[in-house]
Amino acid sequence: MYAHIEGRSLFREAGPVTPGRLLETGMDTSPYIELRDVVFSRGDHRIFDGVSLDIPRGKITAIMGPSGTGKTTLLRLIGGQLRPDSGTITVAGEDVPGLKRKALYRLREKMGMLFQSGALFTDISVFENVAFPLRVHTSLPEDMIRDIVLMKLEAVGLRGARDLMPAELSGGMTRRVALARSIALDPELIMYDEPFTGQDPIAMGVLIKLIRDLNSSMGLTSVMVSHDVKESLSICHYACIVADGQIIGEGTPEEIQAHPSEQVQQFLHGHPDGPVPFHYPAVDAGQDWGITGRSR
Amino acid sequence: MEKLAAIGRLGLDIFASLGRSGRFLAGVLGGVSKPSVAFPLLLKQLYSIGVLSLAIIVVSGLFIGMVLGLQGYTILSDYGSEAAIGQMIALTLVRELGPVVTALLFAGRAGSALTAEIGLMKTTEQLSSMEMMGVDPLRRVIAPRLWAGFIAVPILAAVFSVVGIWGGMLVGVEWLGVFEGSFWGNMQSSVSFTKDVLNGVIKSVVFGFVCSWIAVYQGYDCVPTSAGISSATTKTVVYSSLAVLGLDFVLTAVMFGDF
Repeated sequence: MYAHIEGRSLFREAGPVTPGRLLETGMDTSPYIELRDVVFSRGDHRIFDGVSLDIPRGKITAIMGPSGTGKTTLLRLIGGQLRPDSGTITVAGEDVPGLKRKALYRLREKMGMLFQSGALFTDISVFENVAFPLRVHTSLPEDMIRDIVLMKLEAVGLRGARDLMPAELSGGMTRRVALARSIALDPELIMYDEPFTGQDPIAMGVLIKLIRDLNSSMGLTSVMVSHDVKESLSICHYACIVADGQIIGEGTPEEIQAHPSEQVQQFLHGHPDGPVPFHYPAVDAGQDWGITGRSR
Repeated sequence: MEKLAAIGRLGLDIFASLGRSGRFLAGVLGGVSKPSVAFPLLLKQLYSIGVLSLAIIVVSGLFIGMVLGLQGYTILSDYGSEAAIGQMIALTLVRELGPVVTALLFAGRAGSALTAEIGLMKTTEQLSSMEMMGVDPLRRVIAPRLWAGFIAVPILAAVFSVVGIWGGMLVGVEWLGVFEGSFWGNMQSSVSFTKDVLNGVIKSVVFGFVCSWIAVYQGYDCVPTSAGISSATTKTVVYSSLAVLGLDFVLTAVMFGDF
């Protein structure tokens, strides 16, 4: 069954996306997102120093790494909210940093993003939050908007919460509503910013199921930024680990688990000391305690 | 030498901030939304910025008019000129107090609320999520608020002046017994539409634009933390008040400075 909103299909063929299926259906197997030699700095601090990465089409890619390594910044670069100092970022064949404002906003209609906080509009109800992108970007009649919103809320299990205000939702429910809103326009790409942070085990299980099911049923390309290793590796097809402005490891979950890099292994197993030291850089301890001459 | 460098840095920061606010304003005014989209958003903001400010404007206008009536009578009666009280109250309100006090009250009541609202939207990533949905927050969030402030302040200033004159009449005529005919007659003969009323309207238009610009810019440019919002809200009230008082002197000198 297909329906269309201004040339965009509302419902896509369901079924798991596998390389074999991609070939059978004749779908494009080129990377959906390509980053080449991306350099990005904030002030004097270089966050990315020549990062190159291919994000495969129709798969779940996990971008992991310690806090503060620029994972969310990477999503903002992909979404065109930040511009790299140098290098190219291509999404769906379009050079994001080179796009004019209008073209960039048109490209973003193909993207959905789940923010860490949910970022729901607090002055309107759950229903109106999910209806927002439909009202802005389409001229659908009100009864069709209602049906689509209820379908999206049903997909995340919150059809019954349509009349609640964002302040009445729990953290997990907020993210599920935000997820419903981000798929309202049936995007090609969805980006998740730390989807599991601060979630109880049930809410986390629900989010894992939703991310997996949405990816397979809608044929989405999913990019998930997270430092929750176990949960991320359990659902992703491809993973990469970012640290020190570089990609220090990438591959399938199995390849990542067996990665020879000590830094990758320290991150995966949460060792408190290793290539990333336990201690923040400081002057010699003897100086601080006045053994070898007192410091400030 | 370090002090000189600090002064230079401060100067650069001020100019950088002015440049950013200018670019921001160009971005807000440059984008035109469809009237069918923009008008309902503008109406909503006119209600929350304008209509909900009416209470404070009416009450303040009434008391300021009453105080003017009382003070004016006390001073003018020493010279036997209490009949000129209507003229004094009207000119004071229409030329100066109406536009200035309205703008100051607007900055405190609506400007600070605008800054806090936009700042909180930034902090909770609502503006970012709008951008990622392909919706420009400058057009959707900022522009209706800027235009609403621009439209609302002159109307509020007119209401302030009218209520103030009525308050002055209550005290002067009803309470202190000034002859009603001379109160209104002197006012009518001495208040010029072009010189007094129109100049007052021009002042309130300028103040409305400046106060709204400062309020929305401070919210949009704030550091997205609770301390950042608090600082931005304070800046809105302080900068708006200083801008209104400074501009009032400049505009008064230009409008009435034919000495």
